[in-house]
Amino acid sequence: MNIVVCVKQTPDTAATITVLDGKVSWGDAPLVINPWDEYAVEQALRTKEAHGGKVVALSLGPEAAREALKHALAMGCDEAILVSDPALEGKDSLVVSKVLASAIQKIGGVDMVFVGRQAVDSDTGVTGPQLARRLGWPALSLVAAVSALDPAGKSITVERMIDEGRQVVRSPLPAVLSAVKELNEPRYPSFMGIRKASKATIPVWSAAEVGLTSVPAAVLAWPEIIAPPKVETKCELIEGATPAEAAAKLADRLVAEKVL
Amino acid sequence: MANTVLVYIDHFNGAASGASWETLGAARKVAEALGGGVTALVLGSGVEALAQQAFEFGADEVFLADAPGLKDYRAEAYATVVSKLAKDAAALLFPNSSRTRELAGMVAVDLETGVTPDAIAFEVKDGVIVATRPIYAGKLLVKETCAKARPQIVTLRGRAFPMPPPQSGRKGTLTKVEAAVEAKTEVVEYKASEGGVSLTDAAIIVSGGRGVSNNPKLAPPAGMTDEKQIEVWRAQQGFALVRDLAAALGAAVGASRAAVDAGYVPYAYQVGQTGKVVSPDVYIACGISGAIQHLAGMRTSKTIIAINKDPEAPIFKMARFGIVGDLHELVPALTAALKQKLGK
Repeated sequence: MNIVVCVKQTPDTAATITVLDGKVSWGDAPLVINPWDEYAVEQALRTKEAHGGKVVALSLGPEAAREALKHALAMGCDEAILVSDPALEGKDSLVVSKVLASAIQKIGGVDMVFVGRQAVDSDTGVTGPQLARRLGWPALSLVAAVSALDPAGKSITVERMIDEGRQVVRSPLPAVLSAVKELNEPRYPSFMGIRKASKATIPVWSAAEVGLTSVPAAVLAWPEIIAPPKVETKCELIEGATPAEAAAKLADRLVAEKVL
Repeated sequence: MANTVLVYIDHFNGAASGASWETLGAARKVAEALGGGVTALVLGSGVEALAQQAFEFGADEVFLADAPGLKDYRAEAYATVVSKLAKDAAALLFPNSSRTRELAGMVAVDLETGVTPDAIAFEVKDGVIVATRPIYAGKLLVKETCAKARPQIVTLRGRAFPMPPPQSGRKGTLTKVEAAVEAKTEVVEYKASEGGVSLTDAAIIVSGGRGVSNNPKLAPPAGMTDEKQIEVWRAQQGFALVRDLAAALGAAVGASRAAVDAGYVPYAYQVGQTGKVVSPDVYIACGISGAIQHLAGMRTSKTIIAINKDPEAPIFKMARFGIVGDLHELVPALTAALKQKLGK
């Protein structure tokens, strides 16, 4: 199985995010691999361990995105490729999906692509399905379980999370799978893995090198970034001599205030 | 056609989500600004009844693609049909759901246009939709526009826009469209979630956190000695109290990441940055301290009620009402009191 896993470098989810000079700032918070992508990497590795093959981690981003790729290598990916080009800075998912699709075509012979369900920074959750559409492959989004995989028959059956439960889908390969948390428990990078990753050479591909001679302009713009208004809520603490009394008082207040 | 605002009606087995009708209401505002009409898109098999509902909620026209091959939602097939119908429209709006986010993204690729997911507000300026959506799990908001490419594609968060009042018997133009279904995938079956109300649609949510397992008064069953097993067993008894309160209120049940990570309930229950983002009218947090990741998923709830034994818990800073105390005593007492008050 030739597997590609796409990863993104994002600020840590515990970071305080502010607007500074009209731009998003995360101060000196650490940049990490997008948490959703760890589930994608883990599933890619498990698939390789069960069926053989190779896992290539792919990222689009600035030089700093190397760290996300190193994390993926330390977890056990065989190779990593960074697509980086000043012309690609600040591009939206429409462009990103095009670049990733071109890179995957350049890698060639890919059977499966894993992505995380969304990036915790831009929160769009559309890059995976858009990548699938670009490649003309089925999008298996929000995968919570892989029920069957037949590498010889090039077929896979997955359980997708939908709002009403799960949808079990059978699909031919190649396909693009987006991972949710229920899919697995990502492993921690091993000491050996970290050592290997620190020594690995990560090739950098420019937009032209993945076959995009001209980079299309982004169609989306962010005219304004706003810090949400601080909600100053005064909490009315309800007290009572017994839990029953406090609960009854709360019930009274909720009904009186028409909350319920 | 060039001024038309299209609305995708999201449904499961022919039952449309409430957010679909909210989106129809929002589409009317866009259409008024653009000087066009509102057309609903209904895709499925045996779903003609949804067309009449769409008229009653404000659609001028309905494009109905009714074909056996569209019985199950399959992204590829649905995207192809929607792209064909939307290529000349000014705007294409979706109610945000697990289905439509993917669908909207794929249609955007087909039509080489932008997609703004999960909008919580919008205005129309000079023919362009300026949509507000959360980024960084709501730590910031961004105004996003797609000035040139058409259609402008936006998915609207459920419960962020008002539900238009239905007008019984209202009529419109029904246009049946031929749908050539092309999809490589095949739906084998559905597994329903464990009953109850869907979190994203719920007007009221009762959630449990790590605190649900913290009832030392509860003696574990004889023979249970494993610490972890006892903890999970205790948590299940605690969650039963949360479920009882939810049942009394017709509410959905949620959970914090801590409770999910500890194995008390499945991930489908998780509210927060890496779970579901919800904005119900009422959110009752039981034994949830209010970690930043959890708050990111429920901060837009209209009224937050917190029950926690730690008076310093951050959840109290977000809450309108709170009780400091043991949820194992307070939650059943609240259930009983509310049942009596509300006559249930």
